[in-house]
Amino acid sequence: MTGETKDIQKVTGKLIRQFGEKVITIEDRGGSAIPSVVVDKAKILEVLFFLKADPDSAFDMLTDLFGVDNNKERPRFELIYFLNSFKNKMRFAVKVGLEDGESVPTASGIWKAAEWFEREIYDMFGIRFEGHPDLRRILLDEEFEGHPLRKDFPVEGPDFDKPFVVELGEEK
Amino acid sequence: MAETRFMTINMGPQHPATHGVLRMVLELDGEIIKKSVPFIGYLHRGVEKLAEARTYHQALTLTDRLDYTNGLSNNLAYCLACEKLVGLEIPKRAQYLRVILCELQRLAAHLLWLATHALDIGAMTVLFYAFRERETILTIVENVTGARLTPSYIRIGGLAKDVPPEFETMVEAFIKEFPKRIDEYETLLTENIIWKKRTQNIAFLSAEDAINYGVTGPVLRASGVNYDVRKAYPYSSYDEFDFMIPLGSKGDVYDRYVVRLQEMRQSIRIISQGIERLPDGPVNAHALGVVPPEKEEVQHDMAALIRHFKIMEEGFKPPAGEAYGAVESPKGELGFYLVSDGSNKPFRMRIRPPSFLNLGAVPKMIEGQMIADVVAAIGSVDIVLGEIDR
Amino acid sequence: MGVTEADKNVLVTSVDFVVNWARKNSVWPVTFGLACCALEMMVASSATYDIARFGAEVFRPSPRQSDLMIVAGTVTKKMAPILKRIYEQMPEPKWVIAMGACACSGGIFRTYNTVQGVDQIVPVDVYVPGCPPRPESLLAGLIKLQEKIQKETILERELISLPKMKG
Repeated sequence: MTGETKDIQKVTGKLIRQFGEKVITIEDRGGSAIPSVVVDKAKILEVLFFLKADPDSAFDMLTDLFGVDNNKERPRFELIYFLNSFKNKMRFAVKVGLEDGESVPTASGIWKAAEWFEREIYDMFGIRFEGHPDLRRILLDEEFEGHPLRKDFPVEGPDFDKPFVVELGEEK
Repeated sequence: MAETRFMTINMGPQHPATHGVLRMVLELDGEIIKKSVPFIGYLHRGVEKLAEARTYHQALTLTDRLDYTNGLSNNLAYCLACEKLVGLEIPKRAQYLRVILCELQRLAAHLLWLATHALDIGAMTVLFYAFRERETILTIVENVTGARLTPSYIRIGGLAKDVPPEFETMVEAFIKEFPKRIDEYETLLTENIIWKKRTQNIAFLSAEDAINYGVTGPVLRASGVNYDVRKAYPYSSYDEFDFMIPLGSKGDVYDRYVVRLQEMRQSIRIISQGIERLPDGPVNAHALGVVPPEKEEVQHDMAALIRHFKIMEEGFKPPAGEAYGAVESPKGELGFYLVSDGSNKPFRMRIRPPSFLNLGAVPKMIEGQMIADVVAAIGSVDIVLGEIDR
Repeated sequence: MGVTEADKNVLVTSVDFVVNWARKNSVWPVTFGLACCALEMMVASSATYDIARFGAEVFRPSPRQSDLMIVAGTVTKKMAPILKRIYEQMPEPKWVIAMGACACSGGIFRTYNTVQGVDQIVPVDVYVPGCPPRPESLLAGLIKLQEKIQKETILERELISLPKMKG
């Protein structure tokens, strides 16, 4: 359920008027897909803040923030900010394209929920977030090497056929 | 002059009251908590990565193990997302049965929450009473699906197969008895002075903080925000049912307890309406490439056998695109975001875990509180580590 | 080495019998529920399935006061050192039941962060398969463990050593 299409068109129209066509690209996937826009990386924080503050959009909750690895296509990574508005009953997706090695400013100043989401994206993909208060691995061990959700990381892990030995080190 | 420092305590992963493998490091000034940091990931099994190596039907079995207190809700969320990708219309009977089963699971999950939460705070009797009811529900689920805890019964396109004939009698007998049982729990706890002293004015979470941290579910509603996925973005014919959403006012542990008990009463209303108005008809959508044929057909018809084999071996290929399916699970908004590139395996399966965000709000809740209240606070948030760590 | 015939006199076998009878009827587990199987373990200790009639009633939170570790759920590589440390804190004699497919052999999770079976880390006495096993299966596993304990002798308790473990 994606809400009334008229409201979504109002939101996207306002975005284009505010930021210009070079920054915002509306995606047209058709059917029951989620309405989404692709935003230039340089202006992402301003766009998100505008979407939260403007009364026509009023996206007060960040439902989800995650990454997609497109493997051979360009851009290599895509970050998807999935927003939800209680007042206007709408869902909306904002996407940013990134290459390998690029970093993005953190959105934890706008929504506190982004803090842990961004730690997980760093853990799984290796994308860094500038200005994050505490960017370290959240789900895997601190000493783990590699970023599992990248497409070139095997499902079973690189050393699946070696025996697993537990060394109990000194008390830290 | 002696120097005072803060004491750091580790509530380790193996702990009787952390509801799973959660580690909290608390920094204390005497008994007041200055800062707390949760450490998670002790149950990270790599479900999102594993789903990229399985077909859509096979990945369904992985979803049961996420929020293992109510397996069918996870199945439903995943199936909603898949059905949006393919563009399927689910028949009414299947939708009503899905609603009834998910509400039964909501009752089972809330009973488990009540049992463990009360046990942590010290009321051990409630554990045995709640488990007695949970056994009845699990027997009904087992009768229908074949498994108690990990059913995988709600499939893409409808249900695995139709419910047995004694389903309606069993459910009717259950919902006749159950309101009296909720009254029993309320007699034990709601006006109990010890319970009130241990749960009122503990671990506040204001409405703005809750929205900022992305909290959903009973924790958000206890803080006063009226958001329930069943009413805001209705799915599976929920808009044809008549029920209320209980809201709290203060956002403390006691409010969350009352909200969940009232939700149990509303679930009974929904189940009785569902059983009364259960329509007849097929339980699977008509989609030849997606929904496997019935077992009896497979045993007699060659074409059905070939179709079944192809679906199980290769799966189906939905068109390229994205879809999001969300349900109101007992913990909050559980969502599956599927990205498809046209092949028979999901390109990216993202699980939006409600307990992940609820846990993120816990350090804010317990700041400035006493250490003895940490257990009550964590219990009231109702986290499931299988969902947080995936 | 092993027990010779001269050591197997009547006195020792009666002592064996009494000691093993006492041990097997009062195995106290340590709470080590990790994932979904933990729910079935909790149900096994509740009224309908009642693990207390086999003596395993008291689930101790502290490993220093328990005899049995029921590993219920998936063991990940991040959790493995903690599991080993808890096992080493338990005093002898101690036993391990691997409950569920994930503890027996990794289960359906053949991934980068899952240990493929808890017997790579600690020696296991009884395997209870299932996903999750019904509470009755866990009780059957407990009875098998009790039969195994009955056959032990106090003169020498065999430690199954894995090739990778030292000592």
